[in-house]
Parts: sequence; C-alpha cells; structure tokens
Amino acid sequence: MTNAELTLAKSQADTLFGRKRQIARAVPAIILAYFVYIVFAFDIAGLAQRAKLENAVILASDSWSYKVHVTRSNRTGEIDYAVEGERKGRYPEGERPDWVTGNDVVTVDLGGDHEVRLLPEKRTEVDVPGFGTISARAEGRMITTNLGNDLPDWISVSDRRVAITTAEGRIAITGSKTEVFNYFPGWELFFFTFESPYQGQGLFSILFGERIDPTRHNIAGAWKDFWGNAMWRHADVAWAVGETILMAFLGTFGAAIIALPLSFLAAKRFAPFAAIRYAMRRVFDFVRGVDALIWTVVLARAFGPGPLTGALAILVTDTGTFGKIFSEALENVDEKQIEGVSSTGAKPLQRYRFGVIPQIMPVLLSQILYFLESNTRSATIIGAITGGGIGLMLTQAIQTQKDWEEVAYYIILVVIMVMLMDWFSGWLRGRLIGRSEAH
Amino acid sequence: MTDFSLLDTAPTQGVDRIQSSYLQQVRKRRLYGGITLLVFVLLMVSGFNIADDRNAGSFWDGIGKVGDYPADVLSEAWEKLSDLPGLIVKYFPALIETINIAAVSTLIGAVFGLIFSLLATRGLARWPRLIPLFRRMMDIMRAVPEIVIALVLIFVLGGGPVPAVIAIAIHTAGALGKLFSEAAENASLKPVEGLASTGANWSQQMWLGVIPQVAPNYLSYGLLRFEINIRASAILGFVGAGGLGYELRNAMAWGPGRFDEAAAIFILLFGSIVFFDQLSSRFRNRLSEGRAT
Repeated sequence: MTNAELTLAKSQADTLFGRKRQIARAVPAIILAYFVYIVFAFDIAGLAQRAKLENAVILASDSWSYKVHVTRSNRTGEIDYAVEGERKGRYPEGERPDWVTGNDVVTVDLGGDHEVRLLPEKRTEVDVPGFGTISARAEGRMITTNLGNDLPDWISVSDRRVAITTAEGRIAITGSKTEVFNYFPGWELFFFTFESPYQGQGLFSILFGERIDPTRHNIAGAWKDFWGNAMWRHADVAWAVGETILMAFLGTFGAAIIALPLSFLAAKRFAPFAAIRYAMRRVFDFVRGVDALIWTVVLARAFGPGPLTGALAILVTDTGTFGKIFSEALENVDEKQIEGVSSTGAKPLQRYRFGVIPQIMPVLLSQILYFLESNTRSATIIGAITGGGIGLMLTQAIQTQKDWEEVAYYIILVVIMVMLMDWFSGWLRGRLIGRSEAH
Repeated sequence: MTDFSLLDTAPTQGVDRIQSSYLQQVRKRRLYGGITLLVFVLLMVSGFNIADDRNAGSFWDGIGKVGDYPADVLSEAWEKLSDLPGLIVKYFPALIETINIAAVSTLIGAVFGLIFSLLATRGLARWPRLIPLFRRMMDIMRAVPEIVIALVLIFVLGGGPVPAVIAIAIHTAGALGKLFSEAAENASLKPVEGLASTGANWSQQMWLGVIPQVAPNYLSYGLLRFEINIRASAILGFVGAGGLGYELRNAMAWGPGRFDEAAAIFILLFGSIVFFDQLSSRFRNRLSEGRAT
C-alpha cells in the first residue's frame, strides 16, 4: 500500500467515523427535543397541581388494610359496629369487637394509648398522647368542644363537624352521629362474613374439629359460606375470571378456525385467481386496521354488553392477524411433500390435509397459543369496555373509589390469571411442537 | 423341509408383526386425535353457549343487526359529507395526542426494557445471581394489563395522557425486555471480552459491544411495539386517558345526530393504524434485508 493510498483510506475512514459520530449525536438530540415538546404538550407542569397525593396515600394504605367503623347515632344513642361500614360486614346483634369495653361509657381503644370514650348525653372524649383530652358535645346540629383556636393540622373543627386524624385511627363527630374508624392490617372477612358460623374458626377446627353448624357437614358448609361470601363475592369473581378466559379462548380459536381456510385464498400458491388473493388480503388488512376498540363498539350495539361481544371482537380482529400470518406461512411450504402426497393419487382436500397442514402446523400452533395468552390480557381490557369478566369488576371497583382492598384483590387475580395462561400456553406449545421449536 | 419353512415364514411373520403394530399405532393416534378434537369441539360449543347465555343480547338475534350501526353511522356521515373534512381537522389534535402517547411510552419502555434485558441475559448480566429476579419482574410487568395501571393512576394523577404513558410504558418494558433478552442471548461475546480486556466497565461493554450487534433487531421489535401501542393508547383513551379514544366515547354518548363525529374519529383511527402498520412493516423489511446481505 503506497502512502497516497493510505492517506485516502484514512480520510475515507475519517469521514465514515465523522458521519457515525454525527448520527450518534443527532439521534439522542432529536429524542431529547421530542421529549421537551412532550413536556409542554402533555402539560407535565400542570400535573403537579392536578395530582392528588392524598389519593395515593388512601390507595397505599387502604389496599392492604381494613377499618372497623364504630358509629353512635346521636339521636337514638345506639352504637353500631361494622367492618368497612358496610351492612354486610356488620357485627351480629349483641356482639362487638374486643377492643370496645364498657356499657354506660363505651370505651374504644384505638391502640397506642389512643382512646375514645362515648359518654352519655351525646358527649365524646378523645385521648391523644402528647396532646391531651379532646371533649366534644353535640347539641342539635351544633358541636361544642374544649379546643382553642390554635390547632395542629390533624384536627379540623367547625361548629358543625369535628374531624380528628391520628396514626391509630380517625374520629368524625357531627350533630347526628359520632364515628370512630379503627384501622387494622389485612383483608377482613375474606373467608367468612359474620353471618357464617365458621367466622373466626381456624382451618384445623373446620377440617378436623367437631361440627360447628349441627345441620351441615363442616367442609361442605364452610365451602358454601366462603363461596357465597357477600362482601368479597368469591363466586362472582370466579365467574368473572372464567368469563375473561372464555372470551380469550373463544376469540382466539374461533379466529383461527375461520382464518385457516381463508388464508389459503390469500396465499400465492393456493389462490385460484390473483384477484381473489388480492381481495382477501385487503379484507385481512381492513379487519386488522379497524382494531379491537372499534369492533367492540360496533358489536356491542348489535349484541349488547357481555362476554360474547368481547369474544366476537377478539375473533374478528384476530381473524385478520391470523389470516396474514397463516397465508405467509402457506407461501413458505415445501412443494416436495405436496407432490409426494399427490403422486399417491390424493384428491385436493387430501393433498392439503397431508401435504400442507403438517408443514404449517408448528407455526400455526405456536402463533395461536401466543395469541391465547396475549388475548387474555386483551379480554380484560375489552371486558372493561363491553361489560364482562374481571375487567368490568375491576373498573367498577376502581371507579367507586371505595374498596381499594377489593381492587388490590382483583389486580392480583388478573396478574395470576395472565401468568397462568402464559405458563399454560408455553407448556402446551412444548407438548405439541416440542421444546426445541418453542421460543 | 423344516429349514425352508423357517426361512420362508420368519420374514413374513416379521412383516406382519410390523404391519399390525404400525396399524395399531395409527389407530391409537387416530383415536387420540379424535378424542382431542371431540373435547375441543365440546369446549368451543359449550363455551359459546355460556357466553351467549351471559350476554345481554343473543348471538342469533344480534347477527342480523351487526350492520345496522355502521350503516347508520355511514349514512349520516354521507348526508353531512361536507362537514367531514372540518371534523377530521377538529379531531386531528386528539389523534396527535394518541400517537404521542404511543411514541413516548414506546421510547421509555424500550429504554427500560433494554436495561432489564441486559440485566436478565446469561453471560451479559451485571449481577448474574439477580437474573431470576429481573426475569420475574419482567414477567409481572408484562402480565399487568395496561388498563389496570392506567385506571389506578387516573385516580391519583387525574385524567390525561400521563397515566396512559406510564401504564403502556410499564407493559412495553416487560414485553420488549423479554424479546430483547432473547436477541441478546444470541449476540457474540467476543466484542464484550475485547472491551473488557481494555478495562471498559459494564455499561461501556454493553453500549459498545452488545448494542451494535442487536440494534437492527431491537429497532424492528420496537417498531412493532409502537404499532401495538397506538392501538393500546386509543383503547386507554376510552377509559379516560385522553386522546382519540376519549373523543370517541364522548361522540358515542351523544348518539344519533352526531354520528358524523363518530365517523370522523373512526376514519382517523383506522387511517392512522393502517398508515403506521404499513410504514413500520416496510421499515422492518428493510432492516431484516439489510441484515441478510
């Protein structure tokens, strides 16, 4: 290599490096510029004002804890004990939590030396360590307290309402009632509500102990009460999960059954006329392009809300996707096998069955199973729109903004469901096609 | 004589045995295949009946009415054809928002997916012992449907595009992380070793040794994800995350008389999905061809 050649090669290499360096700088710069535009377009600055951090706190604490409401009606003087304040979670007549004591003066021990005393004549006293005793009295609609004007921010007082928030629980006093909320970790009444005789019994005593309810066998009775739990609605939730899986199953396999014969018409080697092939491909593109969202909207008008609509929406969209994938697979089949089968005098249908299908089966199955898993997730989302399955229950629970522990329960179920379907489709793929071809 | 008969019958007996055992196998396979098919058909039929039972309207009543709604929308849009360009212009900003949500979440998700995938790939991981942890994290991120995270975040952050971006980005990070890590497993380790011998740290080894090898693959996966995310972002709009889906829900709620607006949104959504579909598939083809040569 002469000197001149060397210089030329060096300058060429330099320009190449220079260009690469320019690209290496330009790409991040473009992305950065795009993000700057997004910060303004999405109004990130305004987000801080719109965000409600107290909601995040409620979400974080409510999803793994429950509260027991102790409510005294200031009109009748009756005291009511209920988990989450729900009628379904009310303590049975004559029973109350063990942290409530006394008869004339009812003492509610919130823990950590925090104590609430419900006194006669609509009076309430609250002991807060490090602050002292707050006493309040309801007269008609007005509340009178011993509190001055200089108050910490965990107490809010007006003449109609007193609200005290401590680390151990909350107290709200109005003219009509005094409410005490005591917080505990866990999901209360998850297995049995108070109506069930099995509430508070251990697993061992249900399985091996004596009959708790004399009219029923222990295990059968416990199962019935658990399944019919009015607060957590296990039976409904199980149905909803089943519906979601059903939507994915019907949609995926229905789409595959419809797409398989159609894909022959869209494949170069099998289509009788080029016009049919072209038309079929456009149909697939159209159906895919319309997208599950629009199909859901359109089909919900015809079939009403429910799992069938969701299944059909998945079916229609995936018919397009499968049609495209299958016809591509069909174009790649090996001609030799078909020739071999036809040399034995096979009719066209037999040629397809024994010459073509075995070749594309691995591709078909692995795609179908992959979509089965991904459609389980789609069915959750479509269910939220069309009104079926666990997606609907989840969106309803989130939109009522009340039972965050139920929301947490549903989210965990959805995640487990999707992961199980992922595992199941992977397992089935391994069994049907063999490990080596499974990705 | 005896010798002859032995010689004569032994092979035919062998053939007979092979033939009969072969036929038996075929019969067994046919039986299994038939049972599997029967179970499958039973599952499909009973599943369909259950879904049909629990639906508000039945399949056979509704099948004739499938065309009604599109026909209503189309006929109304046809009557007000002159308004349509105006409506398309009106909803164009919403389309831009939907596409922006998809683009931002794909970018953020791809960055996190890249980091996760390198941390979860055998031979490349920074902390090999934590590989199972990162894999499980990706599994969970992939398993949570976007709508769950979006709805929870809408409660905390209020409506708008940001909850949708975060929700889609989390899912994207999990999904791309898995694909990226499969691609990275096939990458040659030689450049990494070479870089390590010069004293490069882990991030330099990855950035200069691995990324250039897998970049075309990653880019093509990322484009495919972008396509999927446009659809996801339209759906999330429907539950309150802004963009075209949100406008579609409002237009639907108005009902007849405003079907021209729904038609305009349908056209925009359909058009953009097809457009990006074609664009990305062309670009991906070029990427894979470039790799082959």
